[in-house]
Amino acid sequence: MPTEIENLNPSVYAKCKERSVTDEEQNEDVPDPFDQREVFDLIRVINDPEHPLTLEELHVVQQDLITVDDANNEVKVYFTPTIPHCSMATLIGLSIRVKLLRSLPPRFKVSVEITPGTHASEKAVNKQLADKERVAAALENAHLIEVINQCIASS
Amino acid sequence: MGKLEEIHVLQGHKGRIWSGAWHPRGNAFATCGEDKTIRIWSMDGSEWITKTILSDGHTRTIREVAWSPCGQYLASASFDATTAIWSKTSGEFECNATLEGHENEVKSVSWSRTGSLLATCSRDKSVWIWEVAGDDEFECAAVLNAHTQDVKKVAWHPRQDILASASYDNTINIYKENTLDSDWECTATLTSHSSTVWGISFDATGNRLASCSDDKTVKIWQAYEPGNEENIPTPDNQTVWKCVCTLSGFHSRSVYDIAWCKLTGLIVTACGDDAIRIFKEDDNSSKNEPTFSLVCTMHKAHEQDVNTVTWNPVTPGQLLSTSDDGTIRIWKFIE
Repeated sequence: MPTEIENLNPSVYAKCKERSVTDEEQNEDVPDPFDQREVFDLIRVINDPEHPLTLEELHVVQQDLITVDDANNEVKVYFTPTIPHCSMATLIGLSIRVKLLRSLPPRFKVSVEITPGTHASEKAVNKQLADKERVAAALENAHLIEVINQCIASS
Repeated sequence: MGKLEEIHVLQGHKGRIWSGAWHPRGNAFATCGEDKTIRIWSMDGSEWITKTILSDGHTRTIREVAWSPCGQYLASASFDATTAIWSKTSGEFECNATLEGHENEVKSVSWSRTGSLLATCSRDKSVWIWEVAGDDEFECAAVLNAHTQDVKKVAWHPRQDILASASYDNTINIYKENTLDSDWECTATLTSHSSTVWGISFDATGNRLASCSDDKTVKIWQAYEPGNEENIPTPDNQTVWKCVCTLSGFHSRSVYDIAWCKLTGLIVTACGDDAIRIFKEDDNSSKNEPTFSLVCTMHKAHEQDVNTVTWNPVTPGQLLSTSDDGTIRIWKFIE
């Protein structure tokens, strides 16, 4: 972990309310496709690697920057680093990827990218996060997986 | 349109299967994956069964396996930064040599046509060429640093000691030994793909190379040797490779592997959209402007990404695929 915090005073936003569960969702006979809110609920509670705050509170992830196409098995998440030179961007992206990898059924193709125009190394980070071989290798790195597990621990 | 028939679905590995390779005799194959084991399969009656499990060679994911042309040796490339050489000299498969030198994950390994050279590549951006010096002895003949990023794949020319490598830097490099000072050097850099090049495969003659990429395209490259009849300039008297065909609009995600059948000339691709596709060169195709048609798409060939496809070297139309879904599938292509 870095000794110096890059963004000392990030803007903090309110959390959204818990999702209300409808009667239809309680009904086991009604098909219940994955939706935007469900994916948001999975990742909004991830801890920021630098601050004792969640990705939701920092607006790193936002519900309307998630697209879910349940029928075509596609999930796309845009995340927004708090500052354009954030060196934690890859780590945050990896944490979101790992959380979704562990939570969603394997049929889903998940892509995690930086919100266009919000980071200096946007293309490089996106390419790395999209490379499943590099992600697989990174997840075999004991130190890195420990850090990621801390980020997604309480979630 | 052709048809792809699923003949066998094989299970055994735990988790993602990264690679599979046919034995040169076509009656056995090896597979490997994130469970850090290698399985060797062969026919028992009409079923493929695991004959051997090699589990003590690597401490991390095994990314690729490759048989030597004589079929006596199996090489395995691992994220643990080593390449292991296995042989059956004493009856059972044993690891007889471990090649160390790469700084981190080894991504691919390939034997030259005679089996006297071995190439490996790594995320450390280098390509290494090893000389097979004795039974279990390998000497590093060259460390090539022509790529600027992670090197994903190495493949030898089928008729000459020419090596090709594909990279995260979006390029393919071609290497040859300089006959004057016997130093290996990069003689050509092939640029046209707009993202990571995952796979490369030569045709039977070695005059053409097919490549597949994260940019969702397949490209065909043609070699023009010095003195070629098309009068294409060949600076420094080196063979020039030109992209003569791009197949786009067929794949909807990253194309992870490509194999050019040495028997039939068919090209097969493994894609992140779970499909296997087969392309055939058109009858009226030409050398300098070839055209290829999609002759088969097998949607949902696997339940997840397809990582490897490879043609049986002896039985025309027989195909092996491996996937993130943890299965190996054997297919038969019928035209």
